[in-house]
Amino acid sequence: MDNCCPVEGKGTRTGVRSALLYSLVLLIVVLLSCNSASALPAFARKYGMPCSACHEAWPMLSPFGQQFKDNGYQMGNDRDAPIFQQAAYWPVTFRITPVWHRESTSKAQVDGSNGPGGNEAKVTTQGFDWSGLDFHTGGTLAKNFSFYVLPSSDNTGAFHFESVWARIDNIGGSSWFNIKMGKFELDNLLSEKRILTLTNQAGVYQNYHFQPATETPGFYTFGIGDNQDGIEWMGHSKDDRTRISASLLSSNDGSPGQPTSRGYDAFFAASRAFEVGSLGLQRVGGFAYLGEAPTYFQYNLTTTTTVGTDSDTGVPVTSTATAGYPGTGIGNKGFQRYGLIGMWYIKKFDITTIYFHGTDNAYLGLSLPSTSTLPTGAHSPGWNGGLFESHYMLNPQWLFLNRYELIRMSQQALPVVAGTPYTPGVSVPTSGFGNIDALTFGMRYYPFISSRAGFAYHAEYSIVRQRNVSPVTGSDLTSSSLLFGFDFAF
Amino acid sequence: MLNIKKICLNVAVALIVPAVVPAQQADQSAAKPSKHMESHIGNLTGHSEAGADLYYRYCWGCHGARGNGDGDNAPYISPQPRNFVAGTFKCRSTPTGTLPLDTDLYDTLGRGFNFTNMPSWAALTAQNRADLVAFIKTFSARWVTEKPADPIPIPAEPKLTVESIKHGGELFQKLECWKCHGQEGRGDGPSASTLTDSNDQPIRPYNFTTSNRSKCGRTNADLYRIFMTGLDGTPMPSFADVVKPEDAWDLVHYLRTLQVNNPSPELTMWETTAEGKAIVTAKRVRNTYTGSGVTP
Repeated sequence: MDNCCPVEGKGTRTGVRSALLYSLVLLIVVLLSCNSASALPAFARKYGMPCSACHEAWPMLSPFGQQFKDNGYQMGNDRDAPIFQQAAYWPVTFRITPVWHRESTSKAQVDGSNGPGGNEAKVTTQGFDWSGLDFHTGGTLAKNFSFYVLPSSDNTGAFHFESVWARIDNIGGSSWFNIKMGKFELDNLLSEKRILTLTNQAGVYQNYHFQPATETPGFYTFGIGDNQDGIEWMGHSKDDRTRISASLLSSNDGSPGQPTSRGYDAFFAASRAFEVGSLGLQRVGGFAYLGEAPTYFQYNLTTTTTVGTDSDTGVPVTSTATAGYPGTGIGNKGFQRYGLIGMWYIKKFDITTIYFHGTDNAYLGLSLPSTSTLPTGAHSPGWNGGLFESHYMLNPQWLFLNRYELIRMSQQALPVVAGTPYTPGVSVPTSGFGNIDALTFGMRYYPFISSRAGFAYHAEYSIVRQRNVSPVTGSDLTSSSLLFGFDFAF
Repeated sequence: MLNIKKICLNVAVALIVPAVVPAQQADQSAAKPSKHMESHIGNLTGHSEAGADLYYRYCWGCHGARGNGDGDNAPYISPQPRNFVAGTFKCRSTPTGTLPLDTDLYDTLGRGFNFTNMPSWAALTAQNRADLVAFIKTFSARWVTEKPADPIPIPAEPKLTVESIKHGGELFQKLECWKCHGQEGRGDGPSASTLTDSNDQPIRPYNFTTSNRSKCGRTNADLYRIFMTGLDGTPMPSFADVVKPEDAWDLVHYLRTLQVNNPSPELTMWETTAEGKAIVTAKRVRNTYTGSGVTP
């Protein structure tokens, strides 16, 4: 789900007053509201089950929901094929979230006494807004043929395809042989697409998208949380305690049309769950993403376009632009992401812990073509990360959550020269240049649990600090988000 | 020897059970369901207090907040969700009319009911399922006033022979199984359209040709057990009093040959005979697969 964009607003004090007022109103609404409703998202509508059966807290899956998903959105009762539904049934759910949010960044680049873009200032915005819109459609085409299509928009209404895949399930009657092809979420146990946080800062997992601060967007923009294009084999035990998958992916970070590269990546994941008495189901696992990204285009193409006419001479005015020929990215260099995950349940409390390790080739780490010479002292950047996300489910209606993520560079791509600002291609100021700390608190309250629709009062605060990356002075950059919203799906 | 009178009596009892059970409950009006129940599954002890949280997360949408099968989704579900207040259960290892063992309910949760909206809950932990079993027992006073009976004995399965299959076929006729299940086991016998369950809802007899999974399990022992315990709350009676164990096994062997699209040792052996091959070939329907998962 796309998250909210910053909006224009008033000053900070007004924002705090508004937030307090809104919180009070929200609290009253929450306390007074215990109504039920009749409406249902696609799968619940098909099977007549409450959201809480498949979702620990919507949209996060429960073990039962994970099994349902792994089984190709099938219960396995020989009533999964659409032929058993009324002909009018069409598996569509939409989700959107009207919100009020406040965004603050401690050091935005602004004009000032040092000239255009030469100064930094704290900028805070706030106001009412809404998220992007997701149209989920998925389910079974026939027994053991499942699909998922997700047109998704940002909050301007610009749509793209977030997911497009079909899957052949239980091939040969074995739950260990399922093949999916299309654009899909990687087999991440901690799903970013089912993330419980919605703010600009915490709507994605920092560790899933981290790239060293010495890299500039271009050929190589990658996130393990992004849906990828490819083919996946996935297998699981009947009770879903053991899960394993391997994917072959186009090296384009889920973009359509192979815009840069003809290369391929691979993703592997495996996990095993075990029961610990009355505590619940514990799961441990690991994953690895091994990829290559191009560093330059094999061919360029210069195009000339007419942009107007000279008013004096009447001669057309043209503009030329040179760009890489799509799909001819070469000079591939490697990158890797590894992780170990534990999902620990202690009755109503659960915590997910993840250890990440990532490395990029030095050319990727410096965004240089592989034909160029690396700067003196250049290295392949490496980093370690951690994630701790805890939930307390008071009951199926109340969820409290907390998340802390940290990312620590273990090897910078450039030499560290203390006391000097970051100089691209030369040096970085500290060994911790680009390190991240992110802290989030939130709660969701589901006023009704039905098999018809989903609704949640959502409140969240998130703050992220990045070391030495402010745009002008190279000092620490802190950004925060506060959000209240009505998250609903039908 | 078969006693047709007993068979008729058992069928009548099975049809009357839905009426009898509420009457029993009325008689037991002095007894109230207990709010605190336990279940015992091997080394596990389930607690109803823990099961309540699970029930109101997973189950109440169909089975209802009070366990009487009137959840919000019940009107849209066929067959109807189980009414736990009645305290009658289909899949038991105990004789007809008696309460099931905790393990029977536990196994049902793990297995689900094929061709219904009740899925397998094997994804839950064993403790979760044990807790749910304990909580289900809080809905009916039967769990206070009665104890589950001893499970019926299941003797070792005799050797599979063609004669066993043929004898089973004869029993299928003599016991008049075909009246409900149809001569080919397709659930389309002459009485099929008249049957109702304990909720007075229409219920279809099992169609043996669609799957090798019955509602209470997929093994030969499961079939034997269904035959001997009956499915309480449905018109399927117990035949424990009228059929010898060895005859029951013969019937199980024959029923497997009705599952013409699901390979089994019984079907393979049956097809080695000219008679069996002709029958099976005639039953098989060649058609274009519709994607339903069911091959007629």
